[in-house]
Amino acid sequence: MSTAVREGTIKGRLGDSPPRPDGIPKTQGSFAFAGDLSADGFLWGATLRSPHPHARIRRIDLSAAWKIDGVATIITADDVPGKPTYGLISKDQPVFAADVVRYVGEPVAAVAADHPETCRRALAAIVVDYEMLPPLFDPERAIDGSHPPIHPSGNVIRRQRIVAGDQSLVGEVVVEGTYELGMQDQAFLGLEAALALPDPGGTGVELFVATQWLHEDRGQIAACLDLAPEKVRLTLGGVGGAFGAREDISLQVHTCLLAMRTGRPVRIAYSREESFLGHVHRHPAKIWMRHHATTEGRIQRIEARLVLDGGAYASTSSAVLLNAVTHVQGPYKCLNATVDGYAVRTNNLPCGAMRGFGVVQACFAHEGQMDKLAVACGLDPVEIRLLNAMETGDTLITGQVIENVAPVAECIRRTAALALPDVPVGGRGGDPLDLPGGAGLTADASHIRRGIGWGVAIKNLMYSEAFDDYSTARCRLADGVVSLKFAAVEVGQGFVVLAQQIARSVLGVDDVVLEPIDTSIGSAGSTSASRQTWMSGGAVDGACRLVRERLFEHIGALHDVDPVRLAIDGRDVIDTLGTLRLSVSAASAGVEFTETFEQHHRPTEELDENGQGSCHTAFAFVAHRAVVDVDPELGLVKVVQIATAQDVGVALNPLSVLGQIEGGIAQGLGLAVMEEIIFTDGRVRNASFTDYLLPTMLDMPPVLASMIEQPDPMAPLGAKGVGEPPTISSTPAIVAAIRDAIGRDLTRVPVRPSDICLP
Amino acid sequence: MAENEAYVLHVNGSRREVADAWLGESLLYVLRERLGLLGSKAACEQGECGSCSVLLDDELVCSCLVLAASAVGQTVVTIEGIAPHGSPSDVQRAFVECGAVQCGFCTPGLIMAAHALLERTPQPTGSEIREELSGNICRCTGYGRIIEAVQRVAVWRAIGP
Repeated sequence: MSTAVREGTIKGRLGDSPPRPDGIPKTQGSFAFAGDLSADGFLWGATLRSPHPHARIRRIDLSAAWKIDGVATIITADDVPGKPTYGLISKDQPVFAADVVRYVGEPVAAVAADHPETCRRALAAIVVDYEMLPPLFDPERAIDGSHPPIHPSGNVIRRQRIVAGDQSLVGEVVVEGTYELGMQDQAFLGLEAALALPDPGGTGVELFVATQWLHEDRGQIAACLDLAPEKVRLTLGGVGGAFGAREDISLQVHTCLLAMRTGRPVRIAYSREESFLGHVHRHPAKIWMRHHATTEGRIQRIEARLVLDGGAYASTSSAVLLNAVTHVQGPYKCLNATVDGYAVRTNNLPCGAMRGFGVVQACFAHEGQMDKLAVACGLDPVEIRLLNAMETGDTLITGQVIENVAPVAECIRRTAALALPDVPVGGRGGDPLDLPGGAGLTADASHIRRGIGWGVAIKNLMYSEAFDDYSTARCRLADGVVSLKFAAVEVGQGFVVLAQQIARSVLGVDDVVLEPIDTSIGSAGSTSASRQTWMSGGAVDGACRLVRERLFEHIGALHDVDPVRLAIDGRDVIDTLGTLRLSVSAASAGVEFTETFEQHHRPTEELDENGQGSCHTAFAFVAHRAVVDVDPELGLVKVVQIATAQDVGVALNPLSVLGQIEGGIAQGLGLAVMEEIIFTDGRVRNASFTDYLLPTMLDMPPVLASMIEQPDPMAPLGAKGVGEPPTISSTPAIVAAIRDAIGRDLTRVPVRPSDICLP
Repeated sequence: MAENEAYVLHVNGSRREVADAWLGESLLYVLRERLGLLGSKAACEQGECGSCSVLLDDELVCSCLVLAASAVGQTVVTIEGIAPHGSPSDVQRAFVECGAVQCGFCTPGLIMAAHALLERTPQPTGSEIREELSGNICRCTGYGRIIEAVQRVAVWRAIGP
């Protein structure tokens, strides 16, 4: 690493958008993703999955599979040495199904062999004798108790009510609706993959894996392997996107077990079809809401009933439900509420974390309600939202007071001020790519109708309900070179470049070395809940500040200057009251300072039975305005433009923030008009990118983005997390725009062509 | 397995021997697992996402859809072959500068597609960019920065960086 004297100012400090350190390797194909990792003499692993939604396993016959040349081992539930189940919140999910399978795709056995094709043939040769059991697909039957428990823990994973204020208030204006959301897939590009290296003698294992939270994985894996946590060492394999789908364990325990069983390295790499079955998804939901308001349009009371289908295992369903019920009021003032929410167990695919985490569902409902309320009160969509916009100091329906910066009205006004598209209805110049249906040439431009819609959201940041959510980072300064160590997972969001920016700003250096992301340091918590900028950014900042104190003490003692007078100016340490000035590299020559910092956020509370308690850490806000063109005859939608203003606190890396805004909107657009996992009797019918539609470059419109920078005093760097808000209210904004174009009451996403054009 | 054979591929200007390979293997699998060229990525394995894009006799193809043994006698160019490792191409530099890279899994395929587009059409319109790159799925960026990166390269090539 060069320590030569450099000209000019340091590039790439906070507020800049320097090139990310993994950027060029990623463009060259030389960046190592988890699926690119290999080892001498490795075996391929593969997983046998249940073809039935609910069945008892009577017998598993492995004899034919064992006879296939190249098969090294086959394992089932009998071979799990430790805890037979795992899970993020409750450990209710089997490593392999032992007696009962509860969803199509549940792991039953795994093989290790010399070639993927050998694995495929071995899996095909395993004979499992199943006795069918009655499946539970209807969430209402999980709630009303009419279906026997499909799991010893029962069919209701969590019920949470919120009872606030006047329970009998009836507004002068009352609007109600029922809203439904289909199951969305995270559809990260980089499929699940891992490489496990066994320690000699079966005493431990090293796992290279694409995940969101190394330490949580390690704890769950170690328990299942019956090993002490320190005997399981995890290193992050390059992560090809996550969006919540890597928060739960998938192939981790299987890969380690196969490696320990064979004494050889084992790789598992899921196919796309297997990935659809192998990770949790966004909860399908049905939400009924009734709003009570004054004739002027002020919200007085909300009523809501929310039902989230958690699928076969609990995953994070209880936390997703918490988010859904506590965000159902939206970013609007409201004192009185009657809310009842359920997350239930069914024989569908397990659901858990996806970007937006319960708030996506709540927002689709409350924003549909706001438009109904606007119509009932004779207001436009902007007026009704401004009238009710939440502010700092407001009390939520949980009793929690909003202490964060809360620029809701500012988000709406700044969005409204962004220019509407100058593209005429039906596109410009007759280019079919600008029309609904695109290159299919199906649209008659003269029939196209344009609509405009709004969505506004509130989103909690970090973890909730009394969880001690912390992050650890270590900073080392030696001979002018700074190195940083943390276990914060880089999934693509750009934490690696942000960490370098923080160190450059605090310590006045150009070069910042990043050490491997692994479990040899304390936990950084999960890369989820829009939390790493706040939590791990805070940890890196804290560690760098401690090192700076040590440096100032050292220089102060050498030069007989009170360290409090010292500061960093460019690349130099200076005496703010004197003439001393020396470069950081000279100041740190021959010495080494290493400091570790743990960033915790303020404590939060669990909700009581009435849904009261300060359960969330912090909040961020966002507004979206969508413009769409609709072909009402074929039911096709072309999103023409999205405008947005987002409460970001401080844009520490504006280019990264813009990337989160645009990328999040693309996922919101997908949920609005195309993305849904389709089931028949618990079987996924579209587990491929051919049949599960994702937005392409032709589907994404231009995004006009405005970042509202009001530093949040609660945030270590003034910056709020920015990853989730873009996904949340973009969906209802697009649906509202479609409603505006065609005048129909669309209540379900994704909006299907038949919802638009059939009577 | 019995259905194996040895053959020779021409990849990135080199003659590469493939020894004793199952004939069911895709070009993508052979590039990655037998020739150690890991830049081409497997994300959908049915030609929908473009992450495995390579040039086969100068045509952009999804290498997951091509049987490796059928590529005998053709020239293959992968992401590793479009620019020397030490000096990234203008397309690669523009992707990083413009924020077109997040997780990076789709990136090699998109670089191949953008490279092919700009070789054929040095000054593409916005509509041409969107149509030509619509076969490549990116789940992170929402595409805005990718379009900007391609436009930036077009400017560099017209008037210099």
